[in-house]
Amino acid sequence: MSAVAAARGTPRVSGFSVSRMSGLLLRQLYLYRRSAIRSLEIVYWPLLDLLMWGFLSVYVARLRGGGAIAIAYLLGALILWDIFFRVQQAISVSFLEDIWTRNLVNVFVSPVSTAEFLGATMMLGVLKVIVIGLMMSALAYAFYAFNIFPYAPALLPLAANLILSAWGMGIITTSLILRYGQGAEVLAWAVAFLFQPFSAVFYPVAILPAALQRIAWLLPTTYAFEGMRAVLGGHPLPWGDVAGALGLNVVLFGIAAAVFARVMWIARDLGLLMRTEG
Amino acid sequence: MIRTISPGPAGGSPAGGLAGHVEINAAGVIVASHLTKRFGDAVVVDDVSFTVPAGAIVGFLGPNGAGKTTTIGMLLGLLRPTRGQVEILGLPMPAARQTILARVNFTSPYVSLPGNLTVGENLAVFSRLYGVRKSRAEMEHLLERMGLPGVWKRRAGHLSSGEGTRLGLVKALLNDPEVLFLDEPTASLDPDGADRVREALRAIRGERGMTIFYTSHNMQEVERLSDRILFLHHGRIIADGPPGEVLRRFDQDTLEQMFLEFAREERPA
Repeated sequence: MSAVAAARGTPRVSGFSVSRMSGLLLRQLYLYRRSAIRSLEIVYWPLLDLLMWGFLSVYVARLRGGGAIAIAYLLGALILWDIFFRVQQAISVSFLEDIWTRNLVNVFVSPVSTAEFLGATMMLGVLKVIVIGLMMSALAYAFYAFNIFPYAPALLPLAANLILSAWGMGIITTSLILRYGQGAEVLAWAVAFLFQPFSAVFYPVAILPAALQRIAWLLPTTYAFEGMRAVLGGHPLPWGDVAGALGLNVVLFGIAAAVFARVMWIARDLGLLMRTEG
Repeated sequence: MIRTISPGPAGGSPAGGLAGHVEINAAGVIVASHLTKRFGDAVVVDDVSFTVPAGAIVGFLGPNGAGKTTTIGMLLGLLRPTRGQVEILGLPMPAARQTILARVNFTSPYVSLPGNLTVGENLAVFSRLYGVRKSRAEMEHLLERMGLPGVWKRRAGHLSSGEGTRLGLVKALLNDPEVLFLDEPTASLDPDGADRVREALRAIRGERGMTIFYTSHNMQEVERLSDRILFLHHGRIIADGPPGEVLRRFDQDTLEQMFLEFAREERPA
């Protein structure tokens, strides 16, 4: 250490600070406060989804001759799917915000660590789904007399697993946007839908052809949606599905961390963090 | 070793025009050793070494593409050198990245603060990122010093480009940095705005002994503001010293003349 540093003292800045993370989170929350359109977006898509899928499920139930369980399965799946999709999207779009507003350099020349940066976007996702989940659950009850709240204790471990999956996929999507620039921003919206057909969101895994079933069981999201159908069908929470989802989420998180670390390495090599345009 | 610089004659001199009495500590707060950066076959920064003493104002010059921004990127830990080391405030970059970045700051007119947040919200966010507790009155005082009174509740995106640049400077001063890196701090400012910023920087340097490392294409400004210049050409430092000394060495009357000769390749490095 030089004489200057020694003379002034060098308090070490810790690797993780809740204050710095809250600063990043605050920046996103201010965005919602400042933009009515952005705030409306939290309500708009989930509401449209709920209306469209809700009425469709009522129609399907009537066709089959009064299957309330069909409504429960579809609406439950819709609510849990939105949890996964919105959390994943929150992470990627938060990062895109910094690219769009040419703020990325300001963030990366501050003492913010990668963990704080990602932690703030993860927290934003959780805050969003709390709002969305409660709103959709209340509207499902109001419009279709589907009351998800008695199932909430059993569904929480499954929803928590979906949040973990969404964090993992959000980090991977963010890595790709960092690596390939604004041209890859469509991934922020598209990646989650790649999971949808294979995760058996709106139908059981058994519906899929055998080859696709093998793919489905490699995804943590599949276990969460299968578990949800069991719970809504009146069965106890299948802890095997919770454990299966958790195990695969650990693997997904490991992959996400490795991808992000690798992309950050490349970014510091190629100067991607200094990019002031996409 | 401490070197003292007294205020120079009005209008500035190589080491002049400084507000107050500034102590320059010869111990380096920025030490670059054999810094090299290649992108593929292109050598953008080529074995650059320099030491910046505490309290100095250093103008980092060179034509477009000379490697200035790449060098600043390496100093700030945004870019990994192909070869060489960086030490800031006696600490190695990037090993002590977070500790260093808490004590320095940077701004450029080519980056901006989120335009959909108000000025006050932006400053509140960056205060948290730097872990500083400044009252609103203190932050408004900084805004006033940069010629931005009464903008606290205005959206950053509604400021003019010059006001946005000055807001960036306020952000860069929030954590009372020991080293301030500036990329063309007066590029988008009118002469009045540029003069205000120069005066404010000189005054703040005088008060806090802050080291300022900045790039500029305004050669008059560099002559007036800098204690020392580093002139980069094709990724190599070709001149390093007080502006007057460099001009004598290259037999030039003004830095602008010298800059034009190198930029137009009329003079071999």
